[in-house]
This record gives sequence, C-alpha cells and structure tokens, in this order.
Amino acid sequence: MSELFRVWVYLAEQPLLWLTVTVLAYWAAHRLYLAAGEFPLLNPVLVAVAALVALLLSTGTRYQTYFDGAQFVHFLLGPATVALAVPLYRQAHHLRRLWLPLGLALLAGSATAVGSALAIGWLLGLPPAMLVSLLPKSVTTPIAMGIAEQVGGLPSLTAVLVILTGITGAVIGVPLLRALGERDPATKGFAVGVAAHGIGTARAFQHSEAAGAFAGLGMGLNGALTALLVPLAVWLFGL
Amino acid sequence: MIGALAALLVLQLIGEVLTRVLGLPVPGPVLGMALLFAALLVRGSAPKPLAEASRGLLAHLSLLFIPAGVGIVTHLEAVGAVWLPLLVTLLASTALAMVVTCFTLRALQRLTGRSTGT
Repeated sequence: MSELFRVWVYLAEQPLLWLTVTVLAYWAAHRLYLAAGEFPLLNPVLVAVAALVALLLSTGTRYQTYFDGAQFVHFLLGPATVALAVPLYRQAHHLRRLWLPLGLALLAGSATAVGSALAIGWLLGLPPAMLVSLLPKSVTTPIAMGIAEQVGGLPSLTAVLVILTGITGAVIGVPLLRALGERDPATKGFAVGVAAHGIGTARAFQHSEAAGAFAGLGMGLNGALTALLVPLAVWLFGL
Repeated sequence: MIGALAALLVLQLIGEVLTRVLGLPVPGPVLGMALLFAALLVRGSAPKPLAEASRGLLAHLSLLFIPAGVGIVTHLEAVGAVWLPLLVTLLASTALAMVVTCFTLRALQRLTGRSTGT
C-alpha cells in the first residue's frame, strides 16, 4: 500500500498524469454525451471540467500542478484559432456579398453582449471585480483573458465565465433561435458564434458546415471588436 | 501534415510578434488567423494537408477549453458568494446577444436583398 502511495506521490507531480487525465475526462464525457443522445446539459466540456474540479479537490492537488500537465492541450488553442481561417475561407464568397449585414449584426451583437452584462450585473449588485471579469464573456478564451487583464479583472475567473457562456450558447442557441422562427443555419451560426465563441462554434459545426463557418466568422470578428469595446465600456462606466 | 502544422505555428508566431511590436489590442492567434485567411484569398485555394490539419484541430476544439475551465477551482470561494446573480447575468446577456445578432442579421438581409443562401 505504501508502495502504491509512493507511486501516486511521484505521478501526481508529473505532467503526464494530468495531461492523460484531462484527455480521458474529455473522452469519457464525450462518450456519455453521445450515449445520452447529445443531451445539451451533459455538454462534454461542462462534465469534464466538473469531474476534474472534483478530482483536484478530493486529491488535494493544486491547480498549478494540474495545469503543468494540461498546458499541452491548452497550448493547442493558439494553432486551432489560426486554423479557423480554413473554414472561414470556404465561406469567403459570402463575406464579399454580406459584409454590410454581417458587420452591422456583429456591432449590434457585440455591444449587446458587453452592454447587457454590464447593466444586468450592475442591477443585481455584482462587485466591480466580478463585473469586469464578466464583460469579455462572449469572446474566445485567450482573447477574453487578455482583455480581463487589461481592465483589472481576474483572468482565470474570466476563463471560466467564458466557458459557461460558450456552453450556454451551445445549449440554448440553436433551439432558442429556432423557436423565434429563424430557419437559416448560417444566420443562427453567426449569432451563436458572436455570443458564444469557440464552444458555440464547435456546436454549430455539428449542426452544419455553413453554420460552423459563419459561427467561426462571428467569433473571429467579435474577438477583435470586443477587445476595443470592453475598455471603452469600463472607461465610460468608471469601473 | 507536418508542413501544415508548421505553417499554423509560424503564423501564430508572426501574429504574436506583430501584436507585441505594434501594441495591437488583438491576441496573436487571432491576427495569425487573419493572416492565414488573407494568404488563402491570395492563393485562391486551401492546400489539402492544411485543410486536413485544421479539420483535425477543430474536430475536438472542445477539449482545448478544459484546462482553462478547470481554473474555476481557484475561485470557488469568491464565486460561491455571488454565483446566482453572476449566472443570471451570464445567461440573460448571452441569450440577448444571440437574439439581437440573429434579428439584426435577418433584418439587414431583407433590407439589402442579400441572403446567406444556405
């Protein structure tokens, strides 16, 4: 038993263990999601994160120790963001025709994402640090963390709020817009991408190639715009 | 495949360097995405290995968000005190943003007479 314990103590400090556990947790969560008929609340990211948090707490492992292993997966966010150019390019012919509707819809959606979070959060009495951390929630993780840092929020809290926003968009996005009478996959995709970044985009790709591409487009454009809007909102509001 | 992966990394690197040097408010990978998009437009087609590499990376995009998500473990106390208003704000604001984007895009497609055509 003490031999096992020694092996555990050794492994618990190794990047290999937490990298493996992260991939396994996602794999298992994804299997569960498929087995449950893609039940939205069993979103693989949500289930895997919850399981990993429970595991870290029960084994007394520090997040830093965990991240030393998981960072290899985390790092791939960069190349994956660059890779989004490929599905975008396949939809480029739409961009040439639709730059005006897409641009104005982006502006409206982006301003709503930041402005409504500020207004509702302030009305509900959220402390300033929480409020500021919430503002970049509709943007992909690496961008949102950068913005949060810039305006005095908590980047790692922002990362989690970004994930929750993404899951929200992935879960309610398409059904909500369908219920409101939207038939066009590309229009729904763009709206989900603007409001719910990469996780919304991943879900939109399962819906259709066009929805996914427009979602990626909305996500990319909104990343750049929100980086300008959040500091402006913070300055206007005097946070 | 390895060439495609190298290309993605090089573009991310160029993006990171440019945002640092020029002090741009956009993150490096997003600039890298813009550069690759421009390069594909100029080239007029996406090379097959690049298309495959990007499909491979994007097929399990969800996995890549997990390490950052587990970061909530460091904020459990702070979030515990205000989790309800935080969650209500997040849900309402996200739903509003989607509806506003969708309706604006729908209305402008009607106005300009140009639709996504999907």
